[in-house]
Amino acid sequence: MSANLDLDTGIGLRPDLQLIAGWIKPGSRVLDLGCGDGKLLDYLAQHRGVHGYGLEIDTANVAACIARGVNVIQADLDDGLRDFETGSFDYVLLTQTLQALQRPDEAIEEILRVGRSAIVTFPNFGHWRVRQALLSGHMPVTKTLPAAWYDTSNIHLCTVADFDALCAARGWRVRERRLLNRAHREGWSIRLAPNLFAEVALYQLRGRLGS
Amino acid sequence: MQESGAGGSVGIVVPQVVDIDVPLILDCGRLLRRHQLIVETYGQLNAARSNAVLICHALSGDHHAAGYHGDERKPGWWDNCIGPGKPIDTNRFYVVSLNNLGGCRGSTGPNTVDPETGRVWGPDFPLLTVRDWVRSQGLLATQLGIQQWAAVIGGSLGGMQVMQWAIDLPTRVRHAVVIASAPQISAQNIAFNEIARQAILSDPDFHGGRYYEHGVVPGRGLRLARMLGHITYLSDAAMRAKFGNDLKAPQPSFNFDVEFEVESYLRYQGESFVDRFDANTYLLMTKALDYFDPARDYDDSLVAAFRQAQARFLVIAFSSDWRFSPARSREIVKALVDAGRPVSYALIDSSLGHDDFLMPLPDYHLMLRHYLSRVADEVGA
Repeated sequence: MSANLDLDTGIGLRPDLQLIAGWIKPGSRVLDLGCGDGKLLDYLAQHRGVHGYGLEIDTANVAACIARGVNVIQADLDDGLRDFETGSFDYVLLTQTLQALQRPDEAIEEILRVGRSAIVTFPNFGHWRVRQALLSGHMPVTKTLPAAWYDTSNIHLCTVADFDALCAARGWRVRERRLLNRAHREGWSIRLAPNLFAEVALYQLRGRLGS
Repeated sequence: MQESGAGGSVGIVVPQVVDIDVPLILDCGRLLRRHQLIVETYGQLNAARSNAVLICHALSGDHHAAGYHGDERKPGWWDNCIGPGKPIDTNRFYVVSLNNLGGCRGSTGPNTVDPETGRVWGPDFPLLTVRDWVRSQGLLATQLGIQQWAAVIGGSLGGMQVMQWAIDLPTRVRHAVVIASAPQISAQNIAFNEIARQAILSDPDFHGGRYYEHGVVPGRGLRLARMLGHITYLSDAAMRAKFGNDLKAPQPSFNFDVEFEVESYLRYQGESFVDRFDANTYLLMTKALDYFDPARDYDDSLVAAFRQAQARFLVIAFSSDWRFSPARSREIVKALVDAGRPVSYALIDSSLGHDDFLMPLPDYHLMLRHYLSRVADEVGA
């Protein structure tokens, strides 16, 4: 599977998105929240035959999705997923957006209502560069967190340890967890001390048993 | 007014009359043995006959969507969107625009002669539904040699025809573009339509719809109906920006003459409408709007209705439109998603109101341009 994906890197899909693509079963129904310019959905439609929709608020991104032939619905994620029926998607994706939402925990509950699986990615606020910046007395500005404190859209940052704790507290089952460094690779250092060396965290979640 | 960029004119256009000799059974149970539709076309039909696009008009629209008739000053009603290099690109598409059955601009309707009686139809013309229009347009497509439209496009009441096309004749629509529309109209909308109809019906010059024979038109009623309509086509903010509440004169005149800009605007709109529109057609069009409800045929399930469709959809709404609000478009989108249909939805930031669907707003035209350019690629246009 990963060999096939490697062959397709020509379209410029980021390595973390390639990993996600690898988790998604061919022919499934996918909802991508904050789908950006639609690159991932386009890839999934072409290479995995998924039937997908993206939600996106930005007009330029919506136009880009339409230009690609990706189904996109212009909407604000903070307005929720009321328009989507329970269990109507196999996967609901939330990539690098969790930390910008008003209530990330409620968002994931909603995602797990609408989708059988949730795929969530976020920047790890426990990374050593972040800690180093804080130790030196400043908010971090890194490759994965490029904005300054006053103009960032990130209002609910968390660490890998925080997220694991939230999953345990809510009873969400972690089906997959992948932790990547800034080059979007998994190295020995991450295996050694994940919360210190991972810059990007990828989770595949299922809801509580029996829910 | 903002411009949406490049694009030329289709130039001088000449409408043509198409005779539909196939009998048409209407939803009201009556039968039209034959009817005529007046049509304009722009661009060239390709050899594969795959690049045809149908434009469905709204309440007061007609076949003259683009270009100029002879030396007329103003072009067709959607000239900013249809033409060479424009979003509905006539270099690639063969565009067909008609005046609907029951219209008053040259198609068979209340102001034409019933061949069976030799009299002007007037109030005897049957009331129509959006489904009837789609049947009539289907016959037109067949007559023009078009098995499948690359896209059917319409705003407002036109968007309702687009949805009905996709549901009733699913194999004949590749793409459905539904703009500033609704899955059925609200009680508030029906209420507006009812006031408009009462204005016409209570005009002493209406003569039970036989005003043609009396050599008059129910101008007062039609004018009022149109004035009311125009209030609902504009947002509160747009009206304020456009007219304010400034007096035209330095002091109030304490009478009922035109004193405010908005009064003068509404009177002008009403007046010019009387010159170009037929009161019986207005009654008929508003009833078609009121009757529209594709879910009714499927146990009140819009999802079940859209499961019939095979087209891909583009739905567009305007933020300042309260007559056909974005929430109504979201209902359409939700039902399409639940039915598993491919759909994209764009919410255009706008200020004018419902009328924005006729305006060349850059974001709006960009969405149409992107979408239709893919359609053109897909059909080999």
